[in-house]
Amino acid sequence: MHELSIVASIVDTVTESVAAYPGARVQEVHLRVGALASVVVESLEFCWGIATEGTSLEGSKLVVKTLPVVMHCATCGDVELEGVQSFRCPTCGEPCSDQRQGRELEIESIEIEDGQEAA
Amino acid sequence: MTTRIVELRRGILKKNDELAAGLRDRYMGAGVLVLNLVSSPGTGKTAFLERTLTELRASGARVAALVGDLETDNDARRLAASGAPVRQINTHGICHLDADMITRHLDGWELADLDYLFIENVGNLVCPSSYDLGEKIRVALLSVTEGEDKPLKYPTLFNSADAAVITKIDIAVPCGFDRDLALKNINEIRPGIRIFETSAKTGAGMEEWLRYLAEERGKRGN
Ligand SMILES: Nc1nc2c(ncn2[C@@H]2O[C@H](COP(=O)(O)OP(=O)(O)O)[C@@H](O)[C@H]2O)c(=O)[nH]1
Ligand SMILES: [Mg+2]
Ligand SMILES: [Zn+2]
Repeated sequence: MHELSIVASIVDTVTESVAAYPGARVQEVHLRVGALASVVVESLEFCWGIATEGTSLEGSKLVVKTLPVVMHCATCGDVELEGVQSFRCPTCGEPCSDQRQGRELEIESIEIEDGQEAA
Repeated sequence: MTTRIVELRRGILKKNDELAAGLRDRYMGAGVLVLNLVSSPGTGKTAFLERTLTELRASGARVAALVGDLETDNDARRLAASGAPVRQINTHGICHLDADMITRHLDGWELADLDYLFIENVGNLVCPSSYDLGEKIRVALLSVTEGEDKPLKYPTLFNSADAAVITKIDIAVPCGFDRDLALKNINEIRPGIRIFETSAKTGAGMEEWLRYLAEERGKRGN
């Protein structure tokens, strides 16, 4: 429900980072979002258009990679869960509470086009 | 014209996480046990907290509370009736508390003079789970009127909790509450979590809850 504020903070971070590349245009912003990050991907994408309008990021694309939950099972090691409805090892069925992945909410990278070409 | 990838690897909630880490250090240094209570609106957070504050004070513990709501200071007034220091945080439309709001509202409080600090979050089962407030214990509450499948519908919140409280058990029977199913669902999402079954109205389950609080406080290394 706070997707717009999350998107606004992404816009700030990307704008700051891209300042190091004068004339560059941002084409894509890549996010990593865990299955337990409690953000709705469609809503992020929807907000992206609104939040970037009239900024240097206008027209850029938000590319979201969702990450499944990974738990550590005492017997089977790191195991990937199907969804987020049951926190049991999919291999042996034991309940797992040691979480290794699934809460990520981060900007992984940006794809920029250099502005060095002749005018 | 060339295209290239610039690695950023930047947490989007990094600012909140850093502030929360600072708060956690402050709580540890002051020796105060901090709990963050999260649930839907109407689950009974304020009623449960009123009872908790009153009973802790009667046992001689030093307690305080911060309470978040979109608007009004009604809950702060209810909690202040316990005699504990209480501050209201009005978020004016924001659906969760964040570490910055907590930092600002702690201004002027001497944390070292407290044994327990309770934070009642804004009633919302989604957003508060992303915002670390530096708390030691996150408590997810669920009332007997809400449906036993709440933990399955909101796994993010229940999965990030350290303890679960079922509220309003005084009306469990007329509500047709399926206790076994509720316990099973909570355990499916957060295996092994401590679960308390309470009523703020009758006081049922409060003794066990207060014992848990004392144990958790005792565990702290300072
Ligand atoms: N029967 C019963 N009602 C309760 C109990 N706890 C809270 N309530 C009622 O539930 C409603 C919401 O409670 P409140 O504490 O304001 O919930 P909050 O929004 O989670 O803070 C109020 O009408 C309370 O009187 C309880 O233990 N038993
Ligand atoms: Mg309340
Ligand atoms: Zn296993």
